[in-house]
Amino acid sequence: MTPVRVVLPATLRSLAGISGEAVIDVDVDGDGEVTTAAVLDALDRCYPVLRWTLREQQSGSRRPFIRFFACQEDLSLELLDAPLPAAVAAGREPLVVIGAIAGG
Amino acid sequence: MSGVRVLVGTRKGAFVLTADGTRDDFSVEGPFFPGWEVYHLNGSPADPDRLWAAPSRGWFGQLVQRSDDGGKSWQPVSNEFAYEGETGTHQHYDGTSKPWSFLRTWHLEPSLDDPDTVWAGVEDAGLFRSSDGGTSWQELPGLRRHETAPSWAPGAGGMCLHTILIDPTDPARMHVAISAAGVLRSGDGGESWSLANRGLRSEFLPVPDADAGHCVHRLAAHRDRPEVLYMQKHWDVMRSDDGGGSWTEVSGDLPTDFGFAIDVHAHEPETVYVVPITSDSEHFPPGGQLRVYRSRSGGNEWQPLTEGLPQRHCYVNVLRDAMAVDLLEPCGVYFGTTGGQLYASPDSGDSWRAICHDLPAVMSVEVQTLP
Repeated sequence: MTPVRVVLPATLRSLAGISGEAVIDVDVDGDGEVTTAAVLDALDRCYPVLRWTLREQQSGSRRPFIRFFACQEDLSLELLDAPLPAAVAAGREPLVVIGAIAGG
Repeated sequence: MSGVRVLVGTRKGAFVLTADGTRDDFSVEGPFFPGWEVYHLNGSPADPDRLWAAPSRGWFGQLVQRSDDGGKSWQPVSNEFAYEGETGTHQHYDGTSKPWSFLRTWHLEPSLDDPDTVWAGVEDAGLFRSSDGGTSWQELPGLRRHETAPSWAPGAGGMCLHTILIDPTDPARMHVAISAAGVLRSGDGGESWSLANRGLRSEFLPVPDADAGHCVHRLAAHRDRPEVLYMQKHWDVMRSDDGGGSWTEVSGDLPTDFGFAIDVHAHEPETVYVVPITSDSEHFPPGGQLRVYRSRSGGNEWQPLTEGLPQRHCYVNVLRDAMAVDLLEPCGVYFGTTGGQLYASPDSGDSWRAICHDLPAVMSVEVQTLP
């Protein structure tokens, strides 16, 4: 486990009672890396009310209007099992979850 | 009976209004779940302080929230609606086959006698039940596995299971309505289902009197006469006297028989309310005049109710779950509009007044009559 910083949209922070960044303990995989899926699993564990708010219920894939940013990069189209940047795994940078601008 | 609690779901949150038995002054609390679309909010007949809410958002999906204190506070419960086994396919808008996929919860129907049991009607059309206060949900898959299900197709609002009627005299007997499959009924608590659409005609179908495929908008029944069902269909107001075995049109002298909401007077089983809407392309009242129509004869002869309702320049809609009645004497009738008005009549529809003017678009209205 390693502590990872996560910035959530205001709606989800309010729902989960989080002020500011969430810092959660995330599983590290066999290669010593942290994946987006592992962060989302840890969020579900720490904040059960967030379950299925970022991933689709049946497929487990990213919900269409959810984006993942880190280290000034858009990681949204990466596989959820792909490793996050080392700076996120080391807790130097947060994983930023964005609700896409939509709706006019 | 000392008062009423009105539960209002809107496009941007939920509101809870309370009043004493005179229904003169309503206090308004909310918005709860601000910013979330609350398709439905409902209360347990077995424990009036047990409330259920179904907020959802396009970004974040579905939540289910429960209150144990009449809406003062809420706690999230399970939002996991997993179809059981093979999901199969239904028709999509373009006629292709689409796998069943959960999108949102449209309707929550609490058990009549157990506060921990509640039914959920969802999109894509499925029926779920929780028997543990919302800790978990189990699908009743017999409905989705009906032999005609692969031919079901969504209405404009999605392929939703929006109406759940439980027979108070025998809770194993249930009716559900799906847009656009029609009515199905069960005699074994939801394990197995049969179609109940005989007598319905829908001109948009290749076979207008087909067994399945009808865009039923809403069902209603009086609690003392559960075998008598009323229906607002896409077009046509219908009635069944045999628990859905057959249907007869009772649109009669309505100015238009398109609409969404329908309900039955609490003490007069033959008194029915609808809100006629111009057409499926013009979702507003004919002539810009908001009128509830009341039949005291179980349909066919309808009387416009206008006192207190806007009779010019009114272009709102009244959605399928946005009308309810209380159990007081005289019966109170309530409905909400897409313009954010919440209207109440304390005299069975003779007169109306807006008890809220400027809510977000109203999606659902339920009323609890409090002891």
